[in-house]
Amino acid sequence: MLRLKAYVNRLSHLFLPLSVLALLIIINLIKGADYFSITMVNGAFYGNIPNILFGASELVILSIGMTLVTAASRGQDISIGEIGAITSATFVLYVLNAGNVTVWTILVGFLISCVVGIIIGAFNGTLVSVFKVQPMVATLILFLGGRSIAFMIDGKVSPILANEISNKIGTVIPGIPIQTPIILTAVFIAIVAVVLKTTNLRLYVESVGINPSAVRLNGIDPKKIIFLTFLIMGVCSAVAGFIAVNKAGRHDSVNILKFIMMDAILAVALGGNSLAGGKFSISGSIIGAYTIEMLNRTLLRLEVNPEAIKSFKAVFIIILMVIASPVVRVLVGKVLDRIKTFYSDRQTDGLNNAAVSITGATGKKEE
Amino acid sequence: MLSEIILKMKGINKSFPGVRALHNVDFVLRKGEIHALMGENGAGKSTLIKVLTGVYEKDAGQNILDGESVHFKSPQEALNNGIGTVFQEIALCPNLTVAENMFIGRNNNNFVHWKKMNTRAEEMLDSLGIPASPTQELSSCSIAVQQMVAIARAIDMDCKILILDEPTSSLDEDEVQKLFALMRELKARGVGIIFITHFLDQVYEISDTITVLRNGELIGEYQTSKLPQIELISHMMGKALSDVSEMKKQDQHKSGSGTPVFEATALSSAAGVRPFNFTIEKGEVNGFAGLLGSGRSESVRAIFAADKVTGGEIKINGKKVKLKTPLDAMKNGIGYLPEDRKHDGIIGELSVRDNIILALQVMKGFFRPFSRKQAEEFANEYIQKLDIRTPSTNTPIQSLSGGNQQKVVLARWLLTHPMYLILDEPTRGIDVGTKVEIQKLVLKLAEDGMSLTFISSEIDEMLRVCSRLIVMKDREIVGELSGTNLTEQDAMLMIAQGGK
Repeated sequence: MLRLKAYVNRLSHLFLPLSVLALLIIINLIKGADYFSITMVNGAFYGNIPNILFGASELVILSIGMTLVTAASRGQDISIGEIGAITSATFVLYVLNAGNVTVWTILVGFLISCVVGIIIGAFNGTLVSVFKVQPMVATLILFLGGRSIAFMIDGKVSPILANEISNKIGTVIPGIPIQTPIILTAVFIAIVAVVLKTTNLRLYVESVGINPSAVRLNGIDPKKIIFLTFLIMGVCSAVAGFIAVNKAGRHDSVNILKFIMMDAILAVALGGNSLAGGKFSISGSIIGAYTIEMLNRTLLRLEVNPEAIKSFKAVFIIILMVIASPVVRVLVGKVLDRIKTFYSDRQTDGLNNAAVSITGATGKKEE
Repeated sequence: MLSEIILKMKGINKSFPGVRALHNVDFVLRKGEIHALMGENGAGKSTLIKVLTGVYEKDAGQNILDGESVHFKSPQEALNNGIGTVFQEIALCPNLTVAENMFIGRNNNNFVHWKKMNTRAEEMLDSLGIPASPTQELSSCSIAVQQMVAIARAIDMDCKILILDEPTSSLDEDEVQKLFALMRELKARGVGIIFITHFLDQVYEISDTITVLRNGELIGEYQTSKLPQIELISHMMGKALSDVSEMKKQDQHKSGSGTPVFEATALSSAAGVRPFNFTIEKGEVNGFAGLLGSGRSESVRAIFAADKVTGGEIKINGKKVKLKTPLDAMKNGIGYLPEDRKHDGIIGELSVRDNIILALQVMKGFFRPFSRKQAEEFANEYIQKLDIRTPSTNTPIQSLSGGNQQKVVLARWLLTHPMYLILDEPTRGIDVGTKVEIQKLVLKLAEDGMSLTFISSEIDEMLRVCSRLIVMKDREIVGELSGTNLTEQDAMLMIAQGGK
């Protein structure tokens, strides 16, 4: 019983994203009972669920990095879409110049783009950790300038990735029924899980986010940890950029991963994470990211006018945030408490009276 | 002293989930009375105050103010009804002026009449004898004056009750006296003052009446002049008198074994301490004495490399080493429990378990985390050893009482098995019972061969545990006391005369 309670407690931060997810599922089921139906098209699963998993790949990966950056630096990286644009541009540049495209070309291109992501992450991280610039201000630089850098790397408008392997990465590999981006996302999540299990990343990042000055006196350098989270963010952006460009089949430096940082920050918040740093839940952010993708698709399915979708989303988010706010949570807690005490009072009334008279007597003695 | 009763709290009950914080507590405050509210941490003092001022809602009971039953929903409402509160941490804005701090959030209209506000502030400061100018930036005042400004803010023209929760914990002796003068002034005006502190001497110096709480229950109300200190302590701790006096007598000084484990020559740091020499022997307990700001903390911080070390030489067990960061110091067997527990010690939202293993985990390395089971074992071991009161190892440390938080931070360092442990004000702001426990622990650790530096602003506490005192004044070591010279008078004299 106690163990069950502890388990429920540990999952309590997932309450918000999971309940939203449930709500969205209900709405969708009302709209049409065939929501969960999955069919096979050309040897791959096809349907709403695979579509959501497919569409949210980049967002999920970015929200993981955003969770870590938020937790350690108490701020957000708003340049992630632009970092992805630059790294994917270098990837495309390498692949197009390689001539004959093999798996190795793609792999080397991907690793190069990761290195570029790390370098850019180091730039942001240095500004934030060494020069103590507010994360949003520091990353504003690349948010503004990143896409023109990507454009310069491209050298022309939207270079096209016309090779077989990229196509497979962006869609499906024949013989495997699950779309490749879904698999890549799953692998990425697994790697993150392993890293969290085999290192002290969580303890260090959370401690730095909660109390940097205490952490310093315990031998951790907060600067290094904040810097590290920006490096990780750089890698996440590179992976997201890689998936996005292979999905699209061409590099559109203006639109690739555009405004995705808004959804990534929202995913972090939706996952029950404090945007002021400290303790974090990556599973919450991941569920948050899928929820956002589902929300987008639900609004489309409800045939909301595309022009109006953004405002619908905004209203939905406002309602969500109010429900999840500490104010409402305290209120609900109070109501529940009152109900609980009402019932327990009825049961233990007699017992309590006895206890009062005993303590009353000892109190007098001591006086 | 049978003056008019202004506040009567009757049969107050308050429970939090799983804890009964107050049980049938009565409290009476009279006009012009300074009433000390005493009790160990977790006794319910703060809860009682918060119930009175509307921070918490009480479960049962009655508050009667001036004969009328009252029920406040917020501290603001309490303030409007003449109950002002000053909490332990100064909750003012250092970058605003004194007058702005006094009136922020209090003007009823939305526009500020700067001139009116400043003259009004001047009047109040004058009448209370607070040496500050209304237009001065608050951060340019000393901490004592800031504290007084906080009081001036809390009392309005028609203030009836002033509540002071640990107002003196960051003040030095001189500043305490200034604060007391202000309290006496208010007392003479008929204000009833509720005074919460851990300093027994201050209670005896200023209070008329003492109410003792223990474990959420009222133990009794006493006249200060008729209650010997030793009896007060026994009421607070719930232990018989003989136990307490025995503890007081335990004057076993630990002197070292003769082999120095740590030696520093001409050590200096960016925090502005003058180059100093320092040695500690195996199994020795010594201390840095001096007034607030004399450089006690800066010196030990330099030893631990908590501030940037600018010069000097360090030998550990006779071998020359370079300590550049706290991690270097930790790896060389030095532990440091910082002065400011909240700011430098605890990682508030993290669990007790994570807080305990933190330092050892950092020494073990980023890529080698302890298993959950191992961490749990470490935590449970020290929860038992130090008698830490916590619902579970998973509880966030910030929800524990101050004394228990301190024990967790202490456990963190003991777990690393340091050869030299520095404790900077380990007993500040914690209850008498835990204080004695920590003192005993220090002596026991020294017996087992650990070297310790113990700093406290209560000099008699240092005399109880230290075999040698290093006296500091104005960021410089002015002398040393040991053996027969180790008395309060000698220490005071040395501080006063600047040594020699």
